[in-house]
Amino acid sequence: MTPEQKLNNIRTIIAKAKRFDLAFAVLGILSLMLGVLVFAALFGQMFIDGAPRFTLDFFSSFPSRRAENAGILSAWVGSILVMLVTAMAAVPLGVAAGVYLEEYAPKNLLTDIIEINVTNLAGVPSIVYGLLALGVFVYQFGFGQSILSAGLTLALLILPVVIVATREAIRAIPGYVREGAYACGATQWQTVRDHIVPYSMPGILTGVIIGLARAIGETAPIITIGALTFIAFLPPTPIQETFPFMNMDWLTAPFTVMPIQMFNWTSRPEAEFQHNAAAAGFILVLMTLSMNALAIYVRYRLRKNIKW
Amino acid sequence: MVTPMENETLTIKAEAKDLNFYYGNFQALKGLNMPVYDKKVTALIGPSGCGKSTFLRCFNRMHDLYPGTRYEGGINFQPDNTNLLSDKVDPIEVRMRISMVFQKPNPFPKSIFENVAYGLRVRGENRRAVLDQKVEEALRSAALWGEVKDRLNDLAFNLSGGQQQRLCIARALATDPELMLFDEPTSALDPIATASIEELVSELKEKVTILIVTHNMQQAARISDHTAYMYLGELIEFGVTDQIFIKPQQKATEDYITGRFG
Repeated sequence: MTPEQKLNNIRTIIAKAKRFDLAFAVLGILSLMLGVLVFAALFGQMFIDGAPRFTLDFFSSFPSRRAENAGILSAWVGSILVMLVTAMAAVPLGVAAGVYLEEYAPKNLLTDIIEINVTNLAGVPSIVYGLLALGVFVYQFGFGQSILSAGLTLALLILPVVIVATREAIRAIPGYVREGAYACGATQWQTVRDHIVPYSMPGILTGVIIGLARAIGETAPIITIGALTFIAFLPPTPIQETFPFMNMDWLTAPFTVMPIQMFNWTSRPEAEFQHNAAAAGFILVLMTLSMNALAIYVRYRLRKNIKW
Repeated sequence: MVTPMENETLTIKAEAKDLNFYYGNFQALKGLNMPVYDKKVTALIGPSGCGKSTFLRCFNRMHDLYPGTRYEGGINFQPDNTNLLSDKVDPIEVRMRISMVFQKPNPFPKSIFENVAYGLRVRGENRRAVLDQKVEEALRSAALWGEVKDRLNDLAFNLSGGQQQRLCIARALATDPELMLFDEPTSALDPIATASIEELVSELKEKVTILIVTHNMQQAARISDHTAYMYLGELIEFGVTDQIFIKPQQKATEDYITGRFG
């Protein structure tokens, strides 16, 4: 074989091998497009259907029997308040559990069982959480069909997400940084407080926001605990004129949330309400997307100062 | 075996006595007996995997962080003759007296100031004036003050590798340790940064006792007063550095030093 033939030979082999690169790239783009296009179509459809309802009144009106007067005021306020309770409950519990499992728990059978349990919790159907919450929060604890019950239910639902995110974030901290803290004479708690938790914050927050984005769209457990579908008032405001100038009455108020409002409208026979449902759906997706965007931004901002 | 240098009395700062160490069932250190002299630099040399880092990390009980490790025997720490490895001695107490500089610079993702102040904060020191003064002293001793005095609030990661390692030395110095452990502190650094760290180690021995692991024999020869050669978890030879390098007693040491082995 002349050197020239040899070279041509090599080129043929490379060209052959590279066909797989192309084939895979095409396949990959097609699979991606499938997901993206379906979502874009749905999103677009909801936007078009809901277009007549995108007015300020839609956001500032209570539900009504007349579709054109109906709005999502009680739903979006309810969703935000429920998310607030969810975050307040899930973050401390999830972070504490994650930190314990990573930093404190002895490596034994019991810990292994707990770990498997946490992973399995993430796979429990959300309606089961609803049933549990109905029995425990609504009746046993007497919280009633309230924002508090709903928030705690969804907190249970996203707890595994927060725990797993916390653990992943902690595991990403290199051993030599942890050793550096201990070598300074820090106790375990000082190491956790000054290093482990702050450095895993980007990952934890990302997990929390992703979890909340999932929770905000949950319908089944909220219906199970008995959220109402027609709420023509807002929860009491937490600020009052007399001492102590604030109250927690809103926690026990009846409520509705975005997906329930949407579900209610889709089940109406009048075609007019379908526009309301589409508009509410569009807003709900927008809320989820902006939470995901926030997660990406938070991660980017906090990670900037940490390099390893 | 050890011949003290002329007109100089040596005091023992720490002494390993029949020290055995196990990772699970694997015995990594076998019956080590060795002194570390006060205000001197002692170097541990030997091929990779010989147990020199393992030995070093016994001094600040770093192994306690990992399950399945076990010490036997002791390291007696002077002047109070405390056995550092005793179950009754809290590893936190040990680490408060003995500080460490690691192989890879490991500053915290905090400001330069907070990195140096961390050891003090752990000890409950939060008075700004005291922190300011101690941080400055430590940074001066670590030959870093001039380079960072105008940007103490900058992130430590913005420093170069050599500066980061000197920052870690400042962090280890800020709490007035009795003994400083260096675990191959220059292995991740370029030759210029290495030279500055070596110079620093030689200066520091005025104030503090130093035990340093190095895989670089020239480095051991340049900066240490005493050298220990370890092989497969055993101490083969310990002596005054010049003696170890010029006329080692053991054939194994000679083979390693002359490059016939390792």
